[in-house]
Amino acid sequence: MTATSPQMRLLIIEDDRESADYLVKAFREVGYVADLAGDGEEGLAMAEGGDYDVLVVDRMLPKRDGLSLIGALREKSNRTPVLILSALGQVDDRIKGLRAGGDDYLPKPYSFAELLARVEVLSRRNVGPVEETTYRVGDLELDRLSHRVARGKDELTLQPREFRLLEYLMKHAGQVVTRTMLLENVWDYHFDPQTNVIDVHISRLRSKIDKGFDRPLLHTIRGAGYMIRDGIR
Amino acid sequence: MTAFGKLIRTTAFRLTLVYLFLFALFAASLLAFFAWNTRRLITEQITITVNAETSEITAIYNRRGLRGLVSAVDGRALRPGANLYLVTTLAGRAIAGNVGSLAPGVMGTEGWSETGYRRLEDTDNADHRALVLVSQLDGGFRLLIGRDLEERRRLFGIVAKAAQWSILVVVVLGIGGGIFVSRRVLQRIDAMTGTTRRIMAGDLSGRLPVGRSGDELDRLAENLNAMLERIEALMAGLKEVSDNIAHDLKTPLTRLRNRAEEALAKSRCEPEYRAALERTIEESDGLIRTFNALLMIARAESGQARGNMDDFDAAEVAHGIHELYEPLAEEDGMTLRVKTAPAPVHGNRELISQALANLVENAIKYGKPVAGAQGSVVSMDARQILIEARREGTSVLLSVTDHGAGIPERDRKHAIERFVRLDSSRSQPGSGLGLSLASAVTILHGGELKLGDAHPGLAATLVIPARDGLAAPAQDVPQKVA
Repeated sequence: MTATSPQMRLLIIEDDRESADYLVKAFREVGYVADLAGDGEEGLAMAEGGDYDVLVVDRMLPKRDGLSLIGALREKSNRTPVLILSALGQVDDRIKGLRAGGDDYLPKPYSFAELLARVEVLSRRNVGPVEETTYRVGDLELDRLSHRVARGKDELTLQPREFRLLEYLMKHAGQVVTRTMLLENVWDYHFDPQTNVIDVHISRLRSKIDKGFDRPLLHTIRGAGYMIRDGIR
Repeated sequence: MTAFGKLIRTTAFRLTLVYLFLFALFAASLLAFFAWNTRRLITEQITITVNAETSEITAIYNRRGLRGLVSAVDGRALRPGANLYLVTTLAGRAIAGNVGSLAPGVMGTEGWSETGYRRLEDTDNADHRALVLVSQLDGGFRLLIGRDLEERRRLFGIVAKAAQWSILVVVVLGIGGGIFVSRRVLQRIDAMTGTTRRIMAGDLSGRLPVGRSGDELDRLAENLNAMLERIEALMAGLKEVSDNIAHDLKTPLTRLRNRAEEALAKSRCEPEYRAALERTIEESDGLIRTFNALLMIARAESGQARGNMDDFDAAEVAHGIHELYEPLAEEDGMTLRVKTAPAPVHGNRELISQALANLVENAIKYGKPVAGAQGSVVSMDARQILIEARREGTSVLLSVTDHGAGIPERDRKHAIERFVRLDSSRSQPGSGLGLSLASAVTILHGGELKLGDAHPGLAATLVIPARDGLAAPAQDVPQKVA
């Protein structure tokens, strides 16, 4: 997995030393510049001073809790994307977190792949705020206004939900998108299905956009999720 | 606290003291009223007698002169138990009567007065008192007629003594009664306290003694016993749940540990380590899912999710879940269909969606048709799962019907319990929490989860109260069928 260059700067605000060290190490391994703050006050000072692409904030912190930290940042018009980590994983906690100004919410325990995928998607938002009307990956083209999808010269017919699924994947082309992210962003459900329901939707989509073409565009990333990209790159 | 200290601190005893005081006050005032009235009566009697005699003797004097007066007074004065008589001259010298001495100045004032006196024949030094009337006769003589007040004093003594005794008796009886009543109450309270101590020490099967009288203490004990009954049932449920949690979390944890151990001991090369680690992660993901489901059930059951409720149409939820699961069902060789009519509810959309999703997942997993007794070919209809949303009276029904083996009636209640996987489904993956979560969600919304027979198959229905203020849909509302 490659981080987009130039190097992404990440601030992790987490009071549990062990998981903080693990996160810093894991993010540095995939090419991030990762800084660490151990409590809410320190985190707020560092977030205000440093120019970070994404903040990863634990919800319960000593000295100043995560939500109030985010509130203070937003009050000062600091728009740095924030991902909230929390042991409170219920729907209403999530809503509270997003209302406080967080951009994404990930309940503990999480897999690093999930966290990384979400951080990458968040930081992208910081870099390019422009919403394009047409997405292109290889010879696959999706027009968001006319809802037309074509691969090469062939026009593809997609169901509305398949269109939204592809749209989300293409918006984050070149980035890993997890099953949970798809369920949250395409279907707006925040529960955890016990079955591989997303995989079936993906394989349906795949049969429409990749079947009969030499170069597959929709890839399965083991242990993480899916990614759409031009195979050559 | 000493036993006596405990006794006098009881409510019964304190009430006794209050009543005792009030009763003593009442008795005292009754006696005082009686004494005062009697005294007034005696004084009146004396006044009448003395007045009558004075006018009698005045008449004798007027008719027969001084001689007649003296003989009449002396005659009367000698009778046993006689009144007091005294006749004096203008100079104050006594000329007739039975009075030896008087308080000074009594003869000088005309009219009624009370005085100490001594009779002529008295030899003791005792002090007597009398009520006397002094009147002026023609010729400068003065006549005193009076009556001893000994009688009145004695009566007053009797009343005072009666008061003393009766108050003493009231106090003794009252305190005794108070102690008696308090001790009875205290004994029962002590029995109750003893039982509650045992219960607090952990013996939840203990019950308070209930008497036969049906008084307030018995009623209290009965209610407390009912409460204990409920607590014991809850505790038993809790214990069962925690036993189940321990079992269902410990089993995968053990597997997890065994796997890691095995990998450490046996793996030789990187791919083997990798495979072992991947299985470990899979296993822990399963654990996390189970844990999340448990937390969610706990939250739904405790009513914490009540904050996130809004108004929506359950038919939309049915369509959403149908849309999400339709490909999965198809992949499994089933058909997922949806049929809805407007079904307005007030609730937590996310939770209701999840409950319905659980039912659909169950139907896909367990709802595959079993070969009939005749071994007939399974028809397409039997492979159909139907999601239905509609309103019925004051309830909204969200049901999922399959045509699989179903659940025998005797197992249905059991199937909703946590971690229960009926024997037929043990081999299938799953946490065994799907139905419990669905049930907890309906209970949170004030409804229930109903499991019925679809002949053959299972009809699982989420019954949720319909949103208030909306009339039942008219008959001709078009049904959306997908």
